[in-house]
Amino acid sequence: MASLNNFKKSIVVVALAASLAACGDNDSNDPVQVVTPPTPEPVSYTFDVTVSNLTAGQPLSPIAVIAHTEGTLWQIGSAASVALETMAEGGDNSQLLALENAIANASSEGPVGPGANTTITLTTDSLEALKLSLATMMVNTNDGFTGLSALDVSSLAVGDSLTRTTVAYDAGTEANTEAAGTIPGPADGGEGFNEARDDVNFVARHPGVVTNEDGLSSSVLSPEHKFDNPLAKVVITRTQ
Amino acid sequence: MKASTFTLATLLAVASQSTMAAELDLTITNLTQGIHFTPLLVTAHNSEDKLFEVATEASTALQTMAEGGNIAELMAQATAAGSDMAANPAEGLLAPSSSTMTTLITTDGNDYLSVTAMLLPTNDGFVGLDSWKIPTEAGTYTVYLNAYDAGTEQNNELVVEGSGAPGTPGIPAAPGDNAGTGGAGLTSTDSNINVHIHPGTLGDDDLTAGNSDLSNTVHRWLNPVAKLTVTVK
Repeated sequence: MASLNNFKKSIVVVALAASLAACGDNDSNDPVQVVTPPTPEPVSYTFDVTVSNLTAGQPLSPIAVIAHTEGTLWQIGSAASVALETMAEGGDNSQLLALENAIANASSEGPVGPGANTTITLTTDSLEALKLSLATMMVNTNDGFTGLSALDVSSLAVGDSLTRTTVAYDAGTEANTEAAGTIPGPADGGEGFNEARDDVNFVARHPGVVTNEDGLSSSVLSPEHKFDNPLAKVVITRTQ
Repeated sequence: MKASTFTLATLLAVASQSTMAAELDLTITNLTQGIHFTPLLVTAHNSEDKLFEVATEASTALQTMAEGGNIAELMAQATAAGSDMAANPAEGLLAPSSSTMTTLITTDGNDYLSVTAMLLPTNDGFVGLDSWKIPTEAGTYTVYLNAYDAGTEQNNELVVEGSGAPGTPGIPAAPGDNAGTGGAGLTSTDSNINVHIHPGTLGDDDLTAGNSDLSNTVHRWLNPVAKLTVTVK
């Protein structure tokens, strides 16, 4: 016990000597202030993204929500990335979720059927220049998708919401044959992603589907699979 | 001397106010996957001298544009009306999902913006914007444009060379080189002879026969068909 007290005293002495030495070295006589930065509280920002499927008969593949600060998942007139193509042709959003510039991501657990809705929760540790992008395939199409591209949510206050509707895009990576074996959704149960690109090879607004009752005899789609803009309603609420 | 300098300055200030109302940067994007736009015409005009008006009969100038892509008559009308214009900014066709940029300096009183271009391949379809009020506050604004039918020609969906003249039935060209031939022609009667929202093309799945020369999977669109971004300086 005695030795511990001595040890404490000697620390004080050393500390005093050090601070005196510091004063002596300071020509301007400014008091030296050692500011210990407070350990920052871990800060997180949470968003609830509620997506309602407005279509008559197009289930939406698991919905990817991606937080990022720059870039876009797609651009009208530019070729689709392989990650986007993979999602738009087969509903597999794993590559989009793994994108390098994503600072956070989340996905709905499963597909969202016509008339149904789901809420996806996403948490980030930064709000600066924060954008949210959202992407999902209309599964009864060749390569049709819908979503939101780089919606700025950096100024959204806790409790505030943004409401948007989404439009139909065509990845341009697979011709819209509507043929048996080419559509992964329940209308067909055909192939999803295929690395071949046999279409215009740029992203555009989707022209819509024809169906077998409107003049495309080889189509596996029926009138309930037709859609028009908008495709989905999205409400983004910052909850924290 | 001082007074006259002041007067001159005042006059100049008033003159510049009355000659220039706004400086606009415009970007027009064709959002479709398979439809070309013929030369675009953008005008800034007063509340009267618009390029077209829905639910009214198309002017001959509008019909000439919508059936054949020729904007000369609309330009002559706009000049006569004292409108400001940007004609043919893409210097020809605006391909699917392509963009073109232009600038427009508007004169005082020309507070509205209108846009037209024919949609190919269609009989008399056009992309249009009618009398969008130009904001006075500087900033960037986005407007989406729909596809209209001029109501001046039956939509027979047959590609016929030389059919761009007003009153000559047929689609004058399919710039994507992906239309067919040998169609019998759609025979439904288009009874709405006023400018209206285009009902869309029908097409068919036989490029050498059938009723339509258009492909039902390629020559389609959903509205809107164009995006206009306006930066008011």
